[in-house]
Amino acid sequence: MNKPLHEQSLKELSDALQSKQISSTELTESYLNRIESYNDALNAYTHINKEITLAQAKAADKTIANGNGHILTGIPLGHKDIFCTTNMPTTCSSKMLENFHATYNATVIERTQGIGMPTLGKLNMDEFAMGSANENSAWGRVANPWNQNHCPGGSSGGSAAAVAARIAPAATGTDTGGSIRQPAAFTGITGIKPTYGRISRYGMIAFASSLDQAGPMTQSAYDAAMLLNTMCGQDPNDSTSSNIAVPDFTAGINDSIEGVKIGLPEEYFLKGLDPECDLKIQDAIKLLQKKGAKIIPIHLENLKYAIPTYYLLAPIECASNLARFDGVHYGYREENISNITDMYELSRENSFGDEVKRRILIGTFASSGSYSAEYYQKALQAKSVIRNDYRKAFSEVDVILTPTTTSTAFETANKALTPQEMYLSDIYTVTVNLAGLPAISIPVGFAKNGLPVGAQLISNRFCEDIILRIAHCFQSETGWHTQYSDDFK
Amino acid sequence: MQIVAGIEIHIQLTTKTKAFSSSPIGFGGLPNERASEIDMGMPGTLPVVNKEMLKQAIMLGSYLNADVSQLISFARKHYFYPDLPKGYQITQDDNPILKGGYLTYEVNGEIKKCYIHHAHLEEDAGKSVHGYKANTSGVDLNRAGQPLLEIVTEPCLHSIEDIIAFLKRLHSIVTYLEICDGNMQEGSFRCDVNVSLRENESAPLGTRVELKNMNSFKFIQKALEFEIDRQHDCIESGTPIIQETRQYNEATNKTESMRGKETSEDYRYFKDPDLPSIWINESFIEKAKSGLPEHPETRLAHYLSLGLSKIDSNNIAYNKHMGNYFSVLTKNKIPAKTASNWLLGPISELANKHGLIFSNLPISAEQVAELLQALQDGIVSSKMAKEVLGYMWSENKSAATIIEDRGLKQLSSEEDIMPILLNIIQNNPKQTEEYRNGKDKLFGFFVGQAMKETKGQANPEVLNTLLKKALND
Repeated sequence: MNKPLHEQSLKELSDALQSKQISSTELTESYLNRIESYNDALNAYTHINKEITLAQAKAADKTIANGNGHILTGIPLGHKDIFCTTNMPTTCSSKMLENFHATYNATVIERTQGIGMPTLGKLNMDEFAMGSANENSAWGRVANPWNQNHCPGGSSGGSAAAVAARIAPAATGTDTGGSIRQPAAFTGITGIKPTYGRISRYGMIAFASSLDQAGPMTQSAYDAAMLLNTMCGQDPNDSTSSNIAVPDFTAGINDSIEGVKIGLPEEYFLKGLDPECDLKIQDAIKLLQKKGAKIIPIHLENLKYAIPTYYLLAPIECASNLARFDGVHYGYREENISNITDMYELSRENSFGDEVKRRILIGTFASSGSYSAEYYQKALQAKSVIRNDYRKAFSEVDVILTPTTTSTAFETANKALTPQEMYLSDIYTVTVNLAGLPAISIPVGFAKNGLPVGAQLISNRFCEDIILRIAHCFQSETGWHTQYSDDFK
Repeated sequence: MQIVAGIEIHIQLTTKTKAFSSSPIGFGGLPNERASEIDMGMPGTLPVVNKEMLKQAIMLGSYLNADVSQLISFARKHYFYPDLPKGYQITQDDNPILKGGYLTYEVNGEIKKCYIHHAHLEEDAGKSVHGYKANTSGVDLNRAGQPLLEIVTEPCLHSIEDIIAFLKRLHSIVTYLEICDGNMQEGSFRCDVNVSLRENESAPLGTRVELKNMNSFKFIQKALEFEIDRQHDCIESGTPIIQETRQYNEATNKTESMRGKETSEDYRYFKDPDLPSIWINESFIEKAKSGLPEHPETRLAHYLSLGLSKIDSNNIAYNKHMGNYFSVLTKNKIPAKTASNWLLGPISELANKHGLIFSNLPISAEQVAELLQALQDGIVSSKMAKEVLGYMWSENKSAATIIEDRGLKQLSSEEDIMPILLNIIQNNPKQTEEYRNGKDKLFGFFVGQAMKETKGQANPEVLNTLLKKALND
């Protein structure tokens, strides 16, 4: 094969490894070399340990040689620093966990390392997964490989930048309100958030437990399907993980999309959407139509409740989940204190970033006393209204197509968005989490500013197969997903 | 003045593992040796409900005549405290496992009912340890995550006697069911009593005070006596009673203010998103109830019908394992009275001496039955039987083996005893002569000689009969 290793898909790498044309050690070394060359420009990885990674690669080579290899054995992965790992620190990009070493692996880590996928390193993110630009990291902002003055999106910005710059063949991410799909769209890669409950949350540091879901971030939908096969499945350690059988997601991925009903919700294509993004998405729709999909206009009229609902529920759960970071048992502790209250207050004050504090304050306020009825209970009602919108829609269509984001990636090098602007930009992604649905973002072209545009496909619960099929069909006809910035060639 | 009291009882359940993790349950040991990453609230860890905990709660529900909720859920109760590793406690709020119910208890021969408001499951906190090192406090999370069932009564108790009688009955029920070890010193059975006074039954409720830190029935009694007097004095002198939590101080025998119960305390309860609600179906309830032992009241009635005293019947009925021994003994044809006397007498004495309870005695009910059968059959005397029991306890051998090995067999046959008696008569011609001439009290001399010769193993009744026969011949 003439293609350099970093341009090859997981399937191609798998074939090369299984037929022993390359070894995992060679492949992993080539990626470690690329990381060494390019990571400084991006700040995607926050922790690398070549020795550990290469030892895993060597072990993978042995597994393959012994004939015990899995289809993905030997292919290295980058992991968002939200997944607990025993062999590398886990910081969630927070000063609070600066020196935290977990004594347990997240189930996602167990499953991927378990089949011999070496860990390339831990990837930068917004602190505790709160943010949409990966500028809220204690370890500094991440740059977008397409234009380093722009952000890669967030919160899985490090994962997106690493895959987009081809310094990871694929990476894990997590998505609470769009944290996989939005950075995937901003960096021109493929990112899928599966149905809530598909992938175990054990060992994945919680932001908003009822919305958090892990997923793969890859060059293509096919790669995503391969990784999902390994990542999904019930876990006895996570009571919210689903017992619904996990299909082979690559099995029907090449099937035709003839007759598939794709709904276009009118509310998602109104004036908030950047016209250039709209144009690229319209092109994608035309292509899918050409491939036999039926395009049906629909309504998701309660989109207007999306942001207020999400920004109540997520902070309320966040305030609760982050209460454990109190400086008593682990994590950052302010030493210069005279009583326990000071210890709590100063440890949290001096180690959490502004966005994390903002959400803890909002969440604590909105769940306190009588405000709970006024905000929390109302938000729960709005959530069920939004779920009903989708239920109704899926009685008419198989999938829903929307823009992933309102614009291309924000410029963050020299300016910052206000929290409100940042929150509002999540409008197209958050309802999917509120409804627990699977959704994928795929690249559909570039705007004039050279930045990628993404489209989102949403399906009914546990129907990841159909959005993967449509995404794969689109990627079989287009080359947007194979492009990456010249700066990294 | 009428006393109005309601009680919250925390019972520590006897599951093998913690409420939401697989760490073992225990007491003592090195700090944090039973604390896993889940118990420590490490980031990313998640709770998983221990089904055994649900089963035990359902078993108690059956004895409390309570409704088992079909749908239960868990909530988070938020507060910051060093021994609370997650910053919240997992408890139940809207859908507790048990609702309603009552427990009967007896005061001065009168049967009364205490109504239960609800009972909910929750996890215990750890313990702060102070002063083990200068200017340092430690946290021990061995207890963190142990399952508790909190039983909340209605405010329907109106005297100290009622409170104590109800608590003792509840205590005997939970230990009978073996869902709690009942150890009040170690905190396995903890009570908080909310008490207030009012002018009379129809007067509005007074300001209540919550009493804590009472780790024996005696201290509960003393704390209540003090507190009720204190409230009395306040009312009479016109001093307002403050709604607060007071703890009992054993040293001063007084209750002391702990902290004002801020009415604004806000725990920000909400449903725990890590734990989906659980439907408890009929078959689960049936399965839990199938583990229920025979009800102590059923046993009590049975024992009374066998002619045992009320006190003895009660003592055996509410000690499940002693009751089990009793059943085995009577099934083996040991008379009820004999069984009861031995269980409450020598066997209980040995158990107390060795700090054991009937569930872990070194000798089985069958072994006791064998011993008492030997007693019934006259193979051993009552005194010898106690001796044999002692050896059985320490040597773990059957009664027959010990009787045989140690030659403790009672001599009861004529052919064993008669030759010895004839020999004594022959060797004591003078005493024989005097006895035969009417000196009756010399009979005791011959009994003594015979017992000496047989090393006390002669069956006294048989000996008497044979001796009379031999002397009169």
